[in-house]
Amino acid sequence: MDFKEKLLDSHLAFEQDVDLLHPIHKYRKEALKRFEEGGFPSKRDELWKYTSLASITQKDYHLSPTTDSNIELKDIKKYSLNDIDSFKLVFIDGVFSPFLSKTTHDGMDICVLSAAISKSKYKKTIKKYFSKIVPEDDNLSSLNTSYTKEGAYIFIPKGIEPEDPIQILHFATGNQNSIWLQPRNLIITESNSNVQIIERHQSLNDHKVVTNSVTEIYAENNSFIDYYKIQNDLLSSTLIDNTFISQEKDSNVSVHTFSFGGNLTRNNLRFYHKGSNISSTLKGLTILESKQHVDHNTLVNHAKPNCESHQDYKGIFSDSSIGVFNGRIIVEKEAQKTNAFQQNNNILITDKSKVNTKPQLEIFADDVKCSHGCTVGQLDKQALFYLNSRGIPEKEARALLTYGFANNVLESVKIPNLNKKIKKLIASKLGVNLGFDL
Amino acid sequence: MLEINNLHCKIEGRSILKGVNLKVNKGEIHAIMGPNGSGKSTLANVISGHEDYEVTKGNLYFKSNEINELSASERAHEGIFMSFQYPVEIPGLTVTNFIKTAINETRKAKGLDEMSSREMLKKIREKSSLLDIDSKFLSRSLNEGFSGGEKKRNEIFQMAMLEPELAVLDETDSGLDIDALKIVANGVIKYSNDDNAVVVITHYQRLLDYIVPDFVHVILDGKVIKSGDKSLAKKIEDQGYDWLKKEKK
Repeated sequence: MDFKEKLLDSHLAFEQDVDLLHPIHKYRKEALKRFEEGGFPSKRDELWKYTSLASITQKDYHLSPTTDSNIELKDIKKYSLNDIDSFKLVFIDGVFSPFLSKTTHDGMDICVLSAAISKSKYKKTIKKYFSKIVPEDDNLSSLNTSYTKEGAYIFIPKGIEPEDPIQILHFATGNQNSIWLQPRNLIITESNSNVQIIERHQSLNDHKVVTNSVTEIYAENNSFIDYYKIQNDLLSSTLIDNTFISQEKDSNVSVHTFSFGGNLTRNNLRFYHKGSNISSTLKGLTILESKQHVDHNTLVNHAKPNCESHQDYKGIFSDSSIGVFNGRIIVEKEAQKTNAFQQNNNILITDKSKVNTKPQLEIFADDVKCSHGCTVGQLDKQALFYLNSRGIPEKEARALLTYGFANNVLESVKIPNLNKKIKKLIASKLGVNLGFDL
Repeated sequence: MLEINNLHCKIEGRSILKGVNLKVNKGEIHAIMGPNGSGKSTLANVISGHEDYEVTKGNLYFKSNEINELSASERAHEGIFMSFQYPVEIPGLTVTNFIKTAINETRKAKGLDEMSSREMLKKIREKSSLLDIDSKFLSRSLNEGFSGGEKKRNEIFQMAMLEPELAVLDETDSGLDIDALKIVANGVIKYSNDDNAVVVITHYQRLLDYIVPDFVHVILDGKVIKSGDKSLAKKIEDQGYDWLKKEKK
């Protein structure tokens, strides 16, 4: 039996564990049908031209893995931002760990989706938001929807600004080899709220893990969201991250994606504008080696006037690593005075590394400011000479220039601890021994 | 300190320098003048060890050692500095981190320990105030978005920090207004002493009003065709290069 069939067959067993009468079950059933018809994406699909999932989907995976309940704080501590007593949602092999998490229902909801689905007081909210911006033609998202059960549920009411960043941490213990995880996150920020969220997927040993995650984010009027994705997993892991963001007027959402690890990572990041005067920021830094493959597939759908979007993706590729950037900007007829900017810059360190970059602009309004550009190149020779001429030898100069190129993305990271942590990660990825404090 | 004998050099197959001779001693300030395309900047780049410039004939000696085969960073470790005509913008690397790395790499090459943070900070403060450089400027990305004057001041700041034995200033005056020019010139004068040497490459006499040279050389078509004292610069300012071209013929 191939894995697609297994997914379809196993759904019956999955249904025994969930409330079939809940309104969201209808979404699960419909989504499963779409997945059955469409199956896994192939390279024939325009959006998957440069990334093949064949080697992954031709294997077999455990769908409801047995978990190792002996995971302790010390095992996961280094993947957490800091020791401060901040809100954390920790999932082990897809199962929520109350012991390692810190949730709240006091003034805001930071808890798990399963709880929000099962409790009647959340019914209205779930009904209003669940699966409303997940595109029906995205088969992997449909697959995730069909198996919706667990994930983060974050609801920040009007005017609330949580002090510390909220962390969503997914761990795979590798208790079993070859597991397939499908977390589902739902995040809602009501008007005038302001939140910072960090998401991370991490394997604790090198058993095969595939994560097909869907995150829906709803930013209501004048709310602010800073979202950080840390992708620094082991080479045994694959991540398909589908993040859909709906923005109402005056809202401001930024997503930073740091892709350093994993065997194959695909980021589907889509922004949908529902009001005017919106700001969307998409930043990415990808540093790869060996045979790693990272694919950034972005969409910003400008549908209303006076909105701006800013995309800046950078990549550094060594060994035989491969990067893909496919950034689409759609400016609808109504979206006059749009200001959309997109940039993708890449450095190829080795001859064998490769980048496919494809910026796409589709503009239907006539009074807009849009720009896009991409570069693929090596380090600037004159810049190298400049550093050499100051006594910085070739190897150090190369590292320093690469570091500078990458470091630029960090300027907009607003969480100081995270900034520091990522700088260290960059330095270690680049093998730089910097002569200064980070 | 610096001795250049019959130096020939090519870039991308094109001959630029065609037998340059130059001798610079400790404590001296030399000015090199010449029209566009005469080879002035090439000479600066060759002294600094730019790899694109291929020395086809002749020798470079620094402190009596031949340096033809030394890399740019090795020459810097020996004490050669070049102020760039067009300093390169390096986003993501701050001025402070750049200069710290440069100093410590040079110290490392000489077998010295890293400079302590305290000492470094003190030195940065002292040298930056000398050049009227704001501390905010030091935490900005190197040369990125700097004005022409800021870039050149930053070059001289680096020189003051690195304390080279030989400073080659390539068109440091171009693009500077008179106030910036004075600040830059003052930085050079403060740096200059009996143990080091300065080679100023310039189009104009203007800078030489402030940095008074002991010797003036004129490069034309890849050769030093005339040397003299500061009055030579004055004569060029008044009469241009045509009389020299005729004299050469």
